[in-house]
Amino acid sequence: MKVADFHYERPDSLAKALVLLSRDDADVQALAGGQSLMPMMNFRLAQPDTLVDLNALEELRGIREAANHIEIGAMTRYAMLEASDLVRKHIPLFSIALPHIAHSAIRNRGTIGGSAALADPAAEMPALLIALNATITAVSTSGERKIAAKDFFLGLYETALDEGELIKSISVPKALIENRFGFYELTRRHGDYAMAGVAIAAQHMAPLTGLRIVFFGVSDRPLDVTAIAETLEGQSATDTDIVEAACRAIGNQSLHGDLNADAATKTHLAQVVLRRALRGMNA
Amino acid sequence: MTQTCTITMTVNGEIVSQQVPTRMNLVDFLRNEVGLTGSHVGCEHGVCGACTIEVDGVAVRGCLLLAVQADQASVTTIEGLANNPTGRALQNAFQKHNALQCGFCTPGMLASAVEYVEGGGSPERTAIREHISGNYCRCTGYQSIVDAIADVLENASS
Repeated sequence: MKVADFHYERPDSLAKALVLLSRDDADVQALAGGQSLMPMMNFRLAQPDTLVDLNALEELRGIREAANHIEIGAMTRYAMLEASDLVRKHIPLFSIALPHIAHSAIRNRGTIGGSAALADPAAEMPALLIALNATITAVSTSGERKIAAKDFFLGLYETALDEGELIKSISVPKALIENRFGFYELTRRHGDYAMAGVAIAAQHMAPLTGLRIVFFGVSDRPLDVTAIAETLEGQSATDTDIVEAACRAIGNQSLHGDLNADAATKTHLAQVVLRRALRGMNA
Repeated sequence: MTQTCTITMTVNGEIVSQQVPTRMNLVDFLRNEVGLTGSHVGCEHGVCGACTIEVDGVAVRGCLLLAVQADQASVTTIEGLANNPTGRALQNAFQKHNALQCGFCTPGMLASAVEYVEGGGSPERTAIREHISGNYCRCTGYQSIVDAIADVLENASS
């Protein structure tokens, strides 16, 4: 189908964009890369009155190095992350995961901020941001605030962003030499949304410290089972110990089935991806 | 009332300037207003890849970009790729390997393949398959398409 009619604005500054987005008398929607919003509008699942196109806002684009983290502008496209030396050097988990995010032509347009703001539970980026302990900077006409990724994703397409608030940038801590990362997803075709996937970050593997495990595609939001790590902290845990602990944690949650797999299958697939991701980390 | 906007873009080297409804997507603009019907419209939600075109040098989904968003951009459709040596080599290889039957996916497939070849893609079959995973073909089973792209890459490196 074609999109329903809407009013289009393409502001040339963030300040102007925020004023447009602060209107509360109409359904105003920010347009980032458009790789999810445009399909939703074509299906008429979304019919905003006004579309505020952020693509002219160069101030929201770019990857900058700070002392302990990498600051990524919300409108930075996936293809720019893939091509970035800073990302390759300091955020190895992104480099492992990015080729799995949709297809090349989608990554040429899709943005990190757009993916975070959409909060699709099957998408990789929200899980990666939680696993990496990233911080999201939100901005509105009333100022900026920082939100930890673990507190940002609240449910199906639901985030901690308030009305009129935009993601300005995302800051990801730089990886240290002793950190280890893992990623695995099961898809029917390369680039499809995962039937189940997992992102793992550990400050240190043996003994195990600072382990974070975040599943995607199995619930209404990224499923963070990091709490299980507390029982394993400081031990020389084997893959089997980690998988068993994670399975206990998953067992306490109700996973969400979808058209391709019911909740029981998702539980099984979550274990499969976790085992494979751990194997990849130790190799 | 439908909002309109005057846009100017370069399409296959020629400047096109026109008033368009803001709700019109880029591939509809190219097909119905500019008359370049080589780019195809399949699923209209970014899955099938039939509308893949080049905008400012990168392959994008023509159905997920509004025409107004391509204002001031440089657009290359399949009609323009025929004038590019890589595009020409790929077209010949597709013909040689029977990499199409109905031809519906071919313009998008070629746009993806041009980006892959020009970006220094590997001739390894798995890598080619990954790159074209965003383009559906319901006739060939992909085997011959991978053959054609690999052929161009191997000839370029030999």
